[in-house]
Amino acid sequence: MSSTPLLAMRGIAKRFPGVVALDRVSLEVAGGEVVALCGENGAGKSTLMKILGGVYQPDEGEILLDGRPVRITNVIDAMRLGVAFIHQELNVLDNLDVAANVYLGREPRLRWLPLIDRRTIHANTAPLLKRLGLDIPTTARLDRLSLAQQQMVEIAKALSLDARLIILDEPTSSLTLTETERLLALIGELRAQGVSLVYISHRLGEVHRCADRVVVLRDGKNAGELARDEISHDRIVKLMVGRDIKSLYVESTATKTPAYLKVRDMRSSRYPKKRVSFDASRGEILGFAGLVGAGRSEMAKAMVGLDPRGGGQITLGDETLSIRQPRDAKARGIYLVPEDRRAEGLVVRMSVRENVTLPSLHRFTAFRLISRARERKAADEQIASLGIKTPSAEALVMNLSGGNQQKVVLGKWLSMSPKVMILDEPTRGVDVGAKAEIYRLMRELAARGNVILMISSDMEEILHMSDRVAVMHEGEITGILERQDCTEENVMTLAVGRGAAASQPTFVA
Amino acid sequence: MKKEIGISVLLFILCAVTAIKNPAFLSATNLTNLANVIGLFGIFSIGLGLVIITGGIDLSVGSAFALCGVLLAMALREWMWPWWLAALFVMAVPIGLGLIHGTLITRMRIQPFIVTLCGLLLYRGLARFIANDDTKGFGVGGEFELLRQAARGRLLGIPMPFVILIVVAVVMWFVLHRSVYGRYLLAVGRNEEATRFSGIDTRAVVTASYVLAGALTGISGILFAFYTNSVSPSSHGNFYELYGIAAAVLGGCSLRGGEGSIIGIVIGTALLQVLQNLVNLLGIPSSLNFAVMGAVVLVGVLADQWFQSRQPTKLA
Repeated sequence: MSSTPLLAMRGIAKRFPGVVALDRVSLEVAGGEVVALCGENGAGKSTLMKILGGVYQPDEGEILLDGRPVRITNVIDAMRLGVAFIHQELNVLDNLDVAANVYLGREPRLRWLPLIDRRTIHANTAPLLKRLGLDIPTTARLDRLSLAQQQMVEIAKALSLDARLIILDEPTSSLTLTETERLLALIGELRAQGVSLVYISHRLGEVHRCADRVVVLRDGKNAGELARDEISHDRIVKLMVGRDIKSLYVESTATKTPAYLKVRDMRSSRYPKKRVSFDASRGEILGFAGLVGAGRSEMAKAMVGLDPRGGGQITLGDETLSIRQPRDAKARGIYLVPEDRRAEGLVVRMSVRENVTLPSLHRFTAFRLISRARERKAADEQIASLGIKTPSAEALVMNLSGGNQQKVVLGKWLSMSPKVMILDEPTRGVDVGAKAEIYRLMRELAARGNVILMISSDMEEILHMSDRVAVMHEGEITGILERQDCTEENVMTLAVGRGAAASQPTFVA
Repeated sequence: MKKEIGISVLLFILCAVTAIKNPAFLSATNLTNLANVIGLFGIFSIGLGLVIITGGIDLSVGSAFALCGVLLAMALREWMWPWWLAALFVMAVPIGLGLIHGTLITRMRIQPFIVTLCGLLLYRGLARFIANDDTKGFGVGGEFELLRQAARGRLLGIPMPFVILIVVAVVMWFVLHRSVYGRYLLAVGRNEEATRFSGIDTRAVVTASYVLAGALTGISGILFAFYTNSVSPSSHGNFYELYGIAAAVLGGCSLRGGEGSIIGIVIGTALLQVLQNLVNLLGIPSSLNFAVMGAVVLVGVLADQWFQSRQPTKLA
């Protein structure tokens, strides 16, 4: 680069007790450039960005903005220097309105009274929302907005601070496909307006779309860089893991028994007037695509009895099941791996052992008391077969990485004997290595004759893993795409509620 | 485990200091009295601890004691019920109340604090109304000697309430730390959603904790009534729920739920009673009784926080 870059981080090192998180890492970002920062979990991306955002202090190295060395000792410094950090978990107060959030912590006061000058903050916020193409009033409470809109509010806040560099940490992990599209478009516009962005994402498709340059970290070191015309899925993965991994996705080898699982008239309390019906085969991975809020997770919860006001008819083989409570589904081998693993999938302050045995604890009792030895054995089996990286079965789940936590959730159910596995966003926040393992596991489960229903908002995952794709829109299935019709375009068309050339679901009685 | 060690050390130091300052602390009379009150307070504190582990609270315990005491005295002395029927009845009342509390909390989704605060007011009022605000006594007759013995008797020189506490503690230790129900209880306290997603009926688990607490309140209620031998409906059991909560918190229960142990609760109870004893024996004005207790609970919790924050956090 000939001109002075907007940001230059040079030789940044950061050590934590027992770990070298960053080992002389460098990163440059030019004005109006979008740099994607990639790497597996634990590669040091977050640490590097926290140093830039003023959360951590580097042990070595320097940070230059416009060629001048700066010290960023706290978040306020970072803001003053024009660096804004938008975290994966949004920092918004959802009981306040849009303008209050944008001006949080620096509210202008009225001239005569120490009260917030509401007129000014609303007047100043409105043009920001317009600039972002966000059509909501500045008086809307944040809890009325979708996650994507809340994220836009954070970006608006960054812009109101005259941010020249915006760090986006996994911004699309909870967005729907259309929302992701809009965010990617917005990134393009911000770049055109001269704002620089650092984009952290595990979704390489998005990286490919929006990045001018990719910087890859591995084990706390710079692993390599790719210029715009060099960016490809395989190259990024190769830099991330340091070797060629065989394709992330494995092809299906399962033999299928058609219409083993029949779901009829499933309704959820979110869409009480809508009904969902579909068939799935043994050995099949049926993908569920759709926008967030399309009712996919709600349908899954209703299927396993977690929605007291939902329900419908489920037939497994020739047997019609009556599922009123979670334990009914559990008894029939229909298991749900929920979307939010920390809130719904795991008791994170319990050990791996205690989590794995929780749904089937009665199997581990003798004289009504729990046998820890038997629990331990079951947990060790899952740790071995799923390759869960944990110091021991007694480690608390909260100390594991996202991918390993997800494997613990899977282990909970695999230690029993599943017939139908419903996986809701099975690889969200999981790094590439663990992702490949989870995909292989899904194929194995299918090959063993399980029905797998996979809800996913990751387009690549949907297209590569599904044998068929059911697309939902506002509580209904708008179409089921056969393997050969599974294209991004077809999925998107159905996801926004337009009927496509897809076959409408037909049923054999 | 570390929490129990910390509070045991604190208990030991308090005992040692009191014993050095006033050797009467170690006299047989004082120690048996102490054991007696530890037994009385410990039994219901364990129940309260279980409720706290689910992330709940029970503020109605003291009023339930008044209601139980009044009903027990009237059943025995005025309605002339046989002692076993009266005892069963007085056990059934707090169990039923626990069931109602649990149902309101899990089915109606009312916060435990509100449900049991209403209980605190309601049962006290009921007790006073039923008794017509008169103090009800048990007299000195011998008809219900067995119940009286349970509250005031000795076994091998050890006061019966303490013996009952040990039995209850052992049983509840197995329930909390070794049974399926106990595991569910801890899981619900730490993450109710994830527990429900594991196919466990969390509403039944929570309700059962209030019922269990009710049963232990019932046992304590009978013992307290005979311990005081007369029940004044407006003051009997006043603030006892707070003793129980303080004991549970000192013993390592978190009001956020999911944390706690039976041994901790028992030691916490002992600590509070030793404190009361210390106030008497060291000639501290008894008006300061509550102030001393409040200060020690606060210091205990602060010290615990401090130790926790000093523990190295494990990296993933």
